[in-house]
Amino acid sequence: MSSGYFKIAGGTVYDPIHGVDGEVRDIWIRDGQIVEKPSDSNIRPDKTLDASGLVVMPGGVDMHCHIAGPKVNAARKMRPEQKRKAEKVVRTSNTRSGTMGSVPSTFATGYKYAGLGYTTAFDAAIPPLAARHVHEEFEDTPCLDKGFFVLMGNNHFVMESIHRKEPEKLRSFIAWLLGAAKGFTPKVVNPGGVEIWKQLPSGNVHGLDENVAHFDVTPRQIIEQIARAVDALKLPHSVHLHANNLGMPGNWITTLETMKTFGDSRGHLAHIQFHSYGGGEGDENTFNSKVVELVEYVNAHHNLTVDVGQVLFGETTTMTADGPLGYYLSNAFKSKWFSSDTEMESGCGIAPIEYRNTSLVHSLQWAIGLEWYLLAKDPWRVVMSTDHPNGGSFLAYPQIIQLLMDRTYRQDMLKQVHPAVLERSTLADLTREYSLYEICIITRSGPAKILGLTRKGHLGPGADADITIYTPNDDKTKMFELPRAVIKSGVVIVEHGEVREPLTGKLLYVAPEYDTSIESDIAEWFEKYYSIRFRNYPVPLDYLHDREEVACARL
Amino acid sequence: MATPPITKPIESPATVITDATCTFCGCVCDDIDITVKDNHITDAKRACVLGKSWFYGHAADDRPDCLIEGQPASVAEGVERAARILTEARYPIVYGLSDTTSEAQRVAVAIGDAIAGTVDTTTSVCHGPSGMAFQGVGEVTCTLGEVANRGDLIIFWGGNPAESHPRHFSKYSLMPKGMFVPNGRKDRTAVGVDVRKTKTAKAMDLFFQIKPRSDFEALWTLRALAKSVEVDPEQVKRDTGIELSRWQDLMDRMKAAKFGVILFGMGLTMTRGKHLNSEALLSLARDMNAFTRFVVKPMRGHGNVTGADNVVTWQTGYPFGVNMSRGYPRFNPGEYTTSDTLARGEADAALLVACDPMANFSQPARERLQSIPYIALDPKETPTTRSAAVAFTTATYGINTPGTVYRMDDVPIYLRPALSSTHPTDLEVLSAIHRRVTELKK
Repeated sequence: MSSGYFKIAGGTVYDPIHGVDGEVRDIWIRDGQIVEKPSDSNIRPDKTLDASGLVVMPGGVDMHCHIAGPKVNAARKMRPEQKRKAEKVVRTSNTRSGTMGSVPSTFATGYKYAGLGYTTAFDAAIPPLAARHVHEEFEDTPCLDKGFFVLMGNNHFVMESIHRKEPEKLRSFIAWLLGAAKGFTPKVVNPGGVEIWKQLPSGNVHGLDENVAHFDVTPRQIIEQIARAVDALKLPHSVHLHANNLGMPGNWITTLETMKTFGDSRGHLAHIQFHSYGGGEGDENTFNSKVVELVEYVNAHHNLTVDVGQVLFGETTTMTADGPLGYYLSNAFKSKWFSSDTEMESGCGIAPIEYRNTSLVHSLQWAIGLEWYLLAKDPWRVVMSTDHPNGGSFLAYPQIIQLLMDRTYRQDMLKQVHPAVLERSTLADLTREYSLYEICIITRSGPAKILGLTRKGHLGPGADADITIYTPNDDKTKMFELPRAVIKSGVVIVEHGEVREPLTGKLLYVAPEYDTSIESDIAEWFEKYYSIRFRNYPVPLDYLHDREEVACARL
Repeated sequence: MATPPITKPIESPATVITDATCTFCGCVCDDIDITVKDNHITDAKRACVLGKSWFYGHAADDRPDCLIEGQPASVAEGVERAARILTEARYPIVYGLSDTTSEAQRVAVAIGDAIAGTVDTTTSVCHGPSGMAFQGVGEVTCTLGEVANRGDLIIFWGGNPAESHPRHFSKYSLMPKGMFVPNGRKDRTAVGVDVRKTKTAKAMDLFFQIKPRSDFEALWTLRALAKSVEVDPEQVKRDTGIELSRWQDLMDRMKAAKFGVILFGMGLTMTRGKHLNSEALLSLARDMNAFTRFVVKPMRGHGNVTGADNVVTWQTGYPFGVNMSRGYPRFNPGEYTTSDTLARGEADAALLVACDPMANFSQPARERLQSIPYIALDPKETPTTRSAAVAFTTATYGINTPGTVYRMDDVPIYLRPALSSTHPTDLEVLSAIHRRVTELKK
């Protein structure tokens, strides 16, 4: 008789949320969730996966990547030259064909993430107006549970509310917009800067206290007020911030000021590597690392979390909601350029680039990312990311793991980069090696906790049965690039790198409560300034494929 | 894949459906109030002349849901026959897709993948060259709401929106009073560039009637002037038919504008130079950002051609002209585009969704299509459905069926159907074909 149980037997389990550091244990699964071992010892599992000698971890959680929506799709359109040379994703009896390169097609994205043992991913920058587009693409992106952050840092209604000192209105608007888009948390990208980009040639803001013309607010006010609103709404994740001055020499001062701006509010600083630069404006020769100064602040302030945005050498495609940054990069690399200014205000810039280890700047970017991992005291607050595909593809995660776990490998690679890295960063002096336990934290348990996903990132009863099983290997790239098996919602979706059952995965969204009397104000604003009807904007629940509301009550 | 939505009859006399969406052209106006009486649309408030004829002309057709070789058949029989044709073919193609929902488009591409076929859309015969130019240089663009709120110099190049997109001026590009252009039309300068004086020309402040087939030269003249490169006035006049001083005046205005917008049509993409014309225009818009803010946008025709571009891209990585015969997507316009696969006699079966190649393709392409078995899905009888091995009469998107369409600026908009239909939807028929094709391929 069927018991409905699936047992993963005798694996070496890593479950940092429960303090389990490489202990041999059985894991019992039923109805897609991890459950207690049945008390009746006569109950036999329907299926057992023998994991003895293998490493068992929760499924990976990528909390900051770009995998869906208009920006990603424009980048797919723009890079045919990469796809022709890339690995072919060939149709099988149960999988769809696709294309790779730095911006894979939707099905290929799902298969490849799962192939690395990742089972959850969040797109970090979605224009509110494109919410339906993202839901459509997500349904075509299998093997992953997915969610997205909604761009708000240059939204006119947001800036108006801040200017008029109406925090309640701001809070209600944020709640309404997240609920209407079926998003997860507000994303703030270059607050104020994208608006100025639309107003002026090469426009941008360069400091936290610069005035945003027409709206009479400052980037500092935008960050501070949205962060407070997010905490007041008790959203599971904090505000997700792409700070001002990304990529600019000397930007660490802005970054440090930004960290202070959060005060007691929670704040997540995305792709912190790109914001940790010393040096004079526009002068490559003075470019250097300021991780030591910034990490000290993060170490001491438990309200702050970061993901790294590691750079890897090679070709990729930069894509950002930071319109002026896209323009800057396309000029710097003399590459083709896509830009889109979008109502319900956000921007978008795309430019192909190549990170070269002969370049001082690129080599330093690579080193600065690694410094963040190695200098951060608390692995629970530093998350692995490449800001896919900005610093490199998510496919580079196994290589990053090796760089963190294997000091010799790291030092060998350091010898191949621009020699000035030795003087301008502390990387050469860092001897720390990550343990498997710490890797488990920065790739799944930590991001799950930071996102407020109580059923992800751990292997205790009640968790979603998203589990990755690795074959131990001293070569950590090999170990992590080809898991023995990947289980999603209790189903084996990948075995030995082959996709077995590509589940669609579900959408993770929030539905914060708010004072609905604000809707008439929003409607009036919407009809006045936007080109679709207010009634036609919100995404109803029946538009979504499988879904799960994540509760707002963490604080 | 989501469960196909079922079309629910909306009955009761004189119902008004507010904020309904018109899918006739790429404007995708979503502010139409439709009055329905006795299952007929009697009013379409705010719709333009094209929109009104779209809504009024789409009372449900009483043809059979399915015809096999011209004889009435059940949908199930049609699906079986269609699946057999597609799985037995050696070079099957999937084409059209621009006048159906993106939900249906997604299934059509899935069928193309399952049968190792070629997927192409009507983009290949309209803005395909713009898609290729996009691959070459990128695109600096914006949504139409940004044009309405900021655009103060609007250039219409090689198009006649006054007749092809009648509400574009009033809703998006010329008349709206926007945040940074509070006086609407008074705050904007409108410029037309075309080879003939169309109705659009009359709505312009400045009009440049260039020599036919000289778009590329005209655009390079402007690119040169933008960068203060010296050009020969005689040659400019000879090549473009316009005095250099007028081009210089235009360039001065472009540089003085705060947020310039160029909207271009098939007068640019389908004339001599094709994708090189589009590339020149996209490059001009890009160049202008060294001086001010400037954006560019193709004026797309079909209601959901932009959705077709998006869907084909996210599933395969390429926007149109995608061949999957080797098991993975390859892109090569000219090789895998439908007018070519047909005219060269390569395609040996076709799935045609919401398109009418028998009415508008070249003679050799039509002859080939006539000689091969193909399946056609269309709400109306057309020259294409008449010669189809299997013809499905489907419900009309937006009027009878819900779903998503993408406006010309990639903005997704949901449909509010006004009328019930006895016919199946494209999504239902395609989903059934997909299921059967998958079974047969196992």
